[in-house]
Formats: sequence, structure tokens, C-alpha cells
Amino acid sequence: MRSNLGFFSDEKFRSIFFQTLVVGLFALGLFFVISTTSYNLEKRNIATGWSFLQNPAGFDISFSPFLEFKSTDTHLKVYFVGVLNTLLVSVTGCIAATILGFILGIVRLSSNWLLSRLVYIYVEFSRNVPLLLQIILWYSILIQLPRVKQSLQVLDVFYISNRGLYSPRPIFESGFSYVLIAIVLALISSFLINRWAKKRQDKTGQQFPVFSSSIGLIFIVPLILFFILGSPMSFEHPEMKGFNFKGGLVIRPEFIAMFLALSIYTAAFISEIVRAGIMSVSKGQREASAAIGLKQTWIMRLIIIPQALRVIVPPLTSQYLNLTKNSSLGIAVGYADLVHGFGGISLNQTGQAIECMAIVMATYLSISLTISFFMNIYNRSIQFKEK
Amino acid sequence: MNEMNEVRKPPVATTGIIGWLRINLFFNWTNSLITLFVIYCLYKFIPWILDWTIFSADFKYNYLGEQITNQEMCSRNLDPENGGACWAVIYVRFYQFIYGFYPKVEVWRVNVAYFMLALALLPLLYTKLPYRRYFLYFTYIFPVIAYFLLNGGLGFTEVSTNKWGGLLVTLVLGCTGIALAFPIGIMLALGRRSKLPIISMMCTLFIEFIRGVPLITLLFFGMVMLPLFLPEGIDMDGLVRVLVAVTLFQSAYMAEVIRGGLQAIPPGQYEAAKSLGMSYWRMNLLIILPQAIRISIPPIVNTSIGLFKDTTLVIIVGILDLLGIGRGTLADTNWLGLSYEIYFFVSLVFFIFTFGMSRYSLYLEKKLKTGINMGAD
Repeated sequence: MRSNLGFFSDEKFRSIFFQTLVVGLFALGLFFVISTTSYNLEKRNIATGWSFLQNPAGFDISFSPFLEFKSTDTHLKVYFVGVLNTLLVSVTGCIAATILGFILGIVRLSSNWLLSRLVYIYVEFSRNVPLLLQIILWYSILIQLPRVKQSLQVLDVFYISNRGLYSPRPIFESGFSYVLIAIVLALISSFLINRWAKKRQDKTGQQFPVFSSSIGLIFIVPLILFFILGSPMSFEHPEMKGFNFKGGLVIRPEFIAMFLALSIYTAAFISEIVRAGIMSVSKGQREASAAIGLKQTWIMRLIIIPQALRVIVPPLTSQYLNLTKNSSLGIAVGYADLVHGFGGISLNQTGQAIECMAIVMATYLSISLTISFFMNIYNRSIQFKEK
Repeated sequence: MNEMNEVRKPPVATTGIIGWLRINLFFNWTNSLITLFVIYCLYKFIPWILDWTIFSADFKYNYLGEQITNQEMCSRNLDPENGGACWAVIYVRFYQFIYGFYPKVEVWRVNVAYFMLALALLPLLYTKLPYRRYFLYFTYIFPVIAYFLLNGGLGFTEVSTNKWGGLLVTLVLGCTGIALAFPIGIMLALGRRSKLPIISMMCTLFIEFIRGVPLITLLFFGMVMLPLFLPEGIDMDGLVRVLVAVTLFQSAYMAEVIRGGLQAIPPGQYEAAKSLGMSYWRMNLLIILPQAIRISIPPIVNTSIGLFKDTTLVIIVGILDLLGIGRGTLADTNWLGLSYEIYFFVSLVFFIFTFGMSRYSLYLEKKLKTGINMGAD
């Protein structure tokens, strides 16, 4: 009796026993699922495999700013258009949400009671109303704009209507590549100047006007070059032809609705994160920097923000991940992202649910992992370094 | 000497209403300008919004005194210069917003279920309730009662789930998702921290996979792929399939929150429990989990708020929750063009629930004096 019990209560034996049991059950379940699935697929005459990716899609995608898309293109191209659209709305949304969130977080801490209350109301409303509802609401506002015939005209070149925002499309001529090269060179050199100036300041205490010289390098030098080369860029203006505009650059209301809703919703969360981050910096830091005579703006830039960032960045990363995943809600307003284009229309046309969903999920996982990877690198670079 | 003779001004007020105004609104020139600008904007905005929502709005009758039955009878459509919001659409469709297409004769069952839900939540929210233990027994059996009450059986006529809708579906999804995800989340969190490498790896993979993909792909998975995985003859209800997806999603997030709580338990607690000779399960159930769950209640409420908002996603796979009923109403030619009223109403209902939950979590945080926030939305 005693020895029998001892055998089973041996930790090593139990560990192996339970893990084998779990693996066995898992394998059994997997086998069951695979066999029923293959039976079901056969019965419904659904082919398996990846060959459907090469078949023509047979539908149009209204919004594809990077790739030219025709209905004769393949499902593989639908996938690429979808990924690019997802990335477009995620990246622009993250940038806008970060800027707006930081501003609101700082305003929320303003000594002006009225202003900080106003931001508080905004934060509570946009955090507590479902994002999907906000997307649909923005979309319903945008499509109630005037029709194309009566579009609102802004500055004579932009047209706003219920079909979106029409603006002139820049056309780059041959000499424009030199300007681009100049911009890249200016970016690199201002980065180098920044490093050099920091080193010199550490050594000698002398400061160098890094900010204004960088601005000069990045904006003014390419601009001068642009005029020297004889303005190698022209604009194609949208023109009214028949019932719609022809030419020009068009930003669809689906994109605008997604962009507005995602950035406004996420900015509310980011502003709370920023607020918590700034409040986590102890009061003594502010007082100490005021005591050594730093200006108010410098205290914020040199003392408070660098310390607050250590608290802000980890939750900020999860907000970026949330925003990217939330961009999948574009399906509700017909924004042709990964889920709507490839996981929705392609899936319905080909019927290959398993393959399509596997690709969509794998893509989101890789985007999430990529964001986490880069944000972790950034996070490590701003953490407190002990010397 | 001259300075001594000068009459000193009285000190500026720093207390009372004047002092408060001075410190908070008119501290310096820029501050005063901002204050005046904000007041001006509010002065323009507040009367307009009050006028639109209340004073010139139609609630049941239009300005001619007729009862409104379609959008053409709204005051603002009869006379664009007269009239604001047309809340009559909410009044007319109120039944659908709250119960969906539940048969009118059977609707008392939903009302009883709503009432019982409040009763079941009471001991969870209010820990000082007298006779709390007996209320808790009721909470445990409530899901069973609610199932038979809403779905039918045990002498009740069956009401198919495709007749459910509106707030009923929102609450069923939210409550069931949270209630089912809780035990699964605990198991996943324990599994992830387990010393057994295979179990820990499987739990980690599951959690990270679910957290890495959007909920909408899981809903598609439930809708499109789940029927393929099941043997012939087993036909799952649409609502159940969505519930499976929502529960899987929520349990991964719940697991991470509970893992945070588990990590906060000092190792001495484990050692003390083990030295008393407790087994793994006894140690976790009696010593570790009660403490871990206690400190992770605020973040649990926060993820629950997130789930409650995310239940709206089910409209994409064709289930009519509160937002779905709103969109359905808008598609009706009788109520075309009343999108602001309907979205305003739906937002307000969601806001009341989620804002209430977030206030509750703040209250708990203060009570528990813990500031753990996992960054969940």
C-alpha cells in the first residue's frame, strides 16, 4: 500500500505521466479534428491547397493607393493590397494617436481646471464607447457630406464630398530623385551632427544649435536644390468629368473614418498612459531642476519626459498592438484591409476558409511580433543605464 | 526707511471661491485667455446641443402634436428650421433594442432574467451585503436558471436564439464570456507558470496566439471554420459559435491578468503552504489563488470592460446585438437618416455600462490600495 502510493507520488514520475497524458489527449483531439475536417471538406467539394492564390480575383478594390489593382489580378495580389492597407491605416493611426495622446495627456495635467476637465470628459467618452460604434459613426458623418456635384472646395485645389477627399496628385519628373537623395543625405548628416554635438557638450560643455541646423539641412537645402533643378514636380488636378472626378489623389471616406476613429479612440488611452507616466516622476525632480535654473520647457524636455518615457513605453507598445489589431474593424465600413479583402471577399469566393484564415492570422501575428520587437529595442534604449 | 512707510497691499486671496478661481482658472495671462476661450466655446456649444437633444427634440409627438410613426413625420423633416433630434425612433423601436425579436408573450421571461442578473451580481459587487453567502449560492445557480428561462425547456416554450437581439444579446455575450473566461483564464495562468515544460509551453503558445490576432479573425474562425471541425450532425447555434470565440479571446487576456496577480504573491506563501504538506491543488485553491485574484480584480474589471465593448463585433458575423438592432433600424425605410439619434442612444447605453464598470474598478483599487494595471483596455 505504502510503496504503491510512493510510486505515484514520485514527482518525476507524475510530471512525465501528466505531460504524456496531455500530449496524448492533444494528439488525439488533433487527429479527430483533422479527420472530420478532411471528411467535411471532401463532402462539400472544397479543394485544399494554396493554388487558389494564383486564380484571378474577379472583384475590384476601391482603395489601393500603392498597388494598381484590376479585377483580373490574383488573390495573392488581394492579399498584398490588404496588407498594405492594414499597414497604412495602422501606421498613420499610431502616429496621429501618439501625437494627440501626448498633447492631451499633458493638457490633462494643466493647471487650468476647465481645460483639464474638458480633456477628462473627452477621454471618458471615447474610452467607454465601443470602437466599432465610433468607426460607424464617423463613416455615417462622412457619407452625409455633399454629393460630388456640390463638393466643398477648400483652397481651390481640395474637393471634399461624400466620395472622399480629392487633392492634386504630385507627379515627379526626372530631376526629382536628386532632391530625394538630398533629403536622405540631410537626414543622415543631421543625425551625425547630433551625435557630434552631444559628444562635444559632454567634453567641453559647449552647446551647438542642433535643432535649427537640422531643420535648415532637411528642409532648406532640398528646397533650394528643387528650385535650382527647375521645379521637377507638377500636380495633376482632379477634374470633374461626368458624375465623378477624374485624376488627382483621392482619399476615400472609409480610410478617413478608420483613421479618425482609431486615432481618437487610441489617443484617449495614450493620454492616460502619458499622464500616469508624467505623474510617476517625483516632484523633487521638477523642483531640483527649477533650483538649478532650468527653463520650464527645458525641465519638461530634459528632465521629466526622459524619465516618464520609461513608464510610458511598455503600455504604449500594447496600445500600438491594439490599434493594429483594431484596424481589422475596417470590414464594418468596407475598408479593403487584410480581413475585409482577403479574409472576407476572397474567402467567400474561393470557399477556402482554412487557408485564408490561417494566412490572415499568421500575418497579424507577424505584424504584432514585429511591433513588439522594435518597441522592445526602443524600450531598452531609454531604460535607466547605470554607469 | 522709505520702504517701511509704504502701505502694504492686502494678500491675494488663496482660499474661498475667488482664490479657487484665481489658482485654477486665471493663474496668469495665458491661462486666463485659455479659460475665456474655452468658456466662449462652451457658451456656443452647450445651448446648441441641449436644444438639439432636449428642447426642440421630438420624443413621441412632433410639433404638430401627431404621434410619430416614421421619419417623414419628424419635426425636423417637416420643417428643417424647427426641431432637433427625433427620439421617437427609439420610442417606437424600444422593444427591439432591449429584447430583439423575442416573442411578446414570452417577454416576461427576459425581464425576470434581467432582474435575476442584477440579483446575482449584487453579492459580487457589494461585499458587505447581509446574508451574502445565500446570495452567492443563487449566483452560482443563476446561469442554469437563465439558460432554461431564456432558451426554453423545463416547461417553457423554446425561443430560438436567432430571435434574441439587442441588449439581451449584448448582456448574454458579455456576461457569459466573462463568467466562462474566468475559470479558463485561471487554468491557463496556472499552466503558464507550471513547472511542467510541455504544459507551460502549450499554455504560453495558446495565450500569445490569441493575444496576437484580432477578435474579428476569431469570430470568423468560430463562424466559418468551427463547423468544418465538427462531425456531421452536430449543428452548433450561431450564438454559441460566437460565444466560443469570445470566451477563447477573453480567457487569454484574463490569464495574463491573473498571471500578473500570481507573480505578485511572495514566494514565502508557496513555501509556507508546501511546508504544511499541502498538495499543488490545495495550495493554489486555498492559499495562492484567493490572494492573487484579490489583487487582480481591478485589471480583471478593466479587461471585462474591453470585452463588453468588443461584443459589438458580433454584428460583423450577422448577430444582432444592440448596435446591430440600431443598424437594422437605419436600414428600414421608415427610419432612414436618423443615424445620429440611434448611434447616440446606443453609445449612451454602452457608456452607462462601461463607465459604471470603470468607476467600480476605481473604487476597488482605492479599497484594495493596489495600483496594478496591466495596460489592458
